[in-house]
Amino acid sequence: MTIEVNGRSEQFSEEISLSGFVKAKGYDLTKIAVELNGAIIPKSQYACCVLKEQDTLEIVTFVGGG
Amino acid sequence: METFKTEKVTQATDKLILGGHEFDSRFILGSGKYSLDLIQAAVEHAGAQIITLALRRANEGGNANILDYIPKNVTLLPNTSGARTAEEAVRIARLSREVGYGDFVKIEVIRDTKYLLPDNYETIKATEILAKEGFVVMPYMYPDLNVARDLAAAGAACVMPLGAPIGSNKGICTKDFIQILIDELDLPVIVDAGIGSPSQACQAMEMGASAVMANTAIATAGNVPMMAEAFKKAIEAGRTAYLSGLGRIITKGASASSPLTGFLKEQEMI
Repeated sequence: MTIEVNGRSEQFSEEISLSGFVKAKGYDLTKIAVELNGAIIPKSQYACCVLKEQDTLEIVTFVGGG
Repeated sequence: METFKTEKVTQATDKLILGGHEFDSRFILGSGKYSLDLIQAAVEHAGAQIITLALRRANEGGNANILDYIPKNVTLLPNTSGARTAEEAVRIARLSREVGYGDFVKIEVIRDTKYLLPDNYETIKATEILAKEGFVVMPYMYPDLNVARDLAAAGAACVMPLGAPIGSNKGICTKDFIQILIDELDLPVIVDAGIGSPSQACQAMEMGASAVMANTAIATAGNVPMMAEAFKKAIEAGRTAYLSGLGRIITKGASASSPLTGFLKEQEMI
């Protein structure tokens, strides 16, 4: 399964939930927001959201800015 | 004998109110262009209660995050930098809120890459959408009274007119037009962008601005925390001067400060 994460292609051999993906990649849940195929996914739904072939994820956080 | 009317406005009652939230500090600090380990000292020396942030793609793994360096009692003000349209600003604002640190958003819609001037029209559109969704909307704008009135009608919590192009440190080049906004709007007017020195921040506050936002002036200073403190003092001085009411200006001649009678060589009139 191939999904696009922040503009880069990523391969997965097994089915994975959004919650599983975020944990596997070491993102800090309290500091990110996630958009799946253009729609914001509330944090409460990460566990039941299963990623599919060709999905596009945007994972964002805060940085310094004016 | 004249008495002081200190009961009118004291420091205890003089609050900056944005979207129903009260702030004692009138210095909004930007967090761009300096290192994470200076953030905390800058916030503390600035006495800032609001700090701006930007939203960007996250890196994998436990990299240092700016949120770990900002004191917990500080209100986060995410900006929509990178947005070129109202639609993009709305998307960034919604994502920022989803991170989970509140409803404040500074709208910044910029198409012009040379001068980084805000697109007032798209900014009004984004303000309208986000205010309806319950955001405390703080729009960065080019100082135009008609636009400011439209932003107020669209539900903005304040307006943030630019003093000079972003990052220029040139001061309040738009002074007369910002003064019009201050005189005519009921909303707080927060001067954002271009303020390069404490004296310029003080000037904005003397004019009656409700607050000043600065980033580059602090980030490019020789000593970041010291400059943050200098801005804090200047903003407080300017605010107190504004509340006091500035002394009048006479355009011709002079007005002696010392008594014009009782000179040593004066002849007593009999």
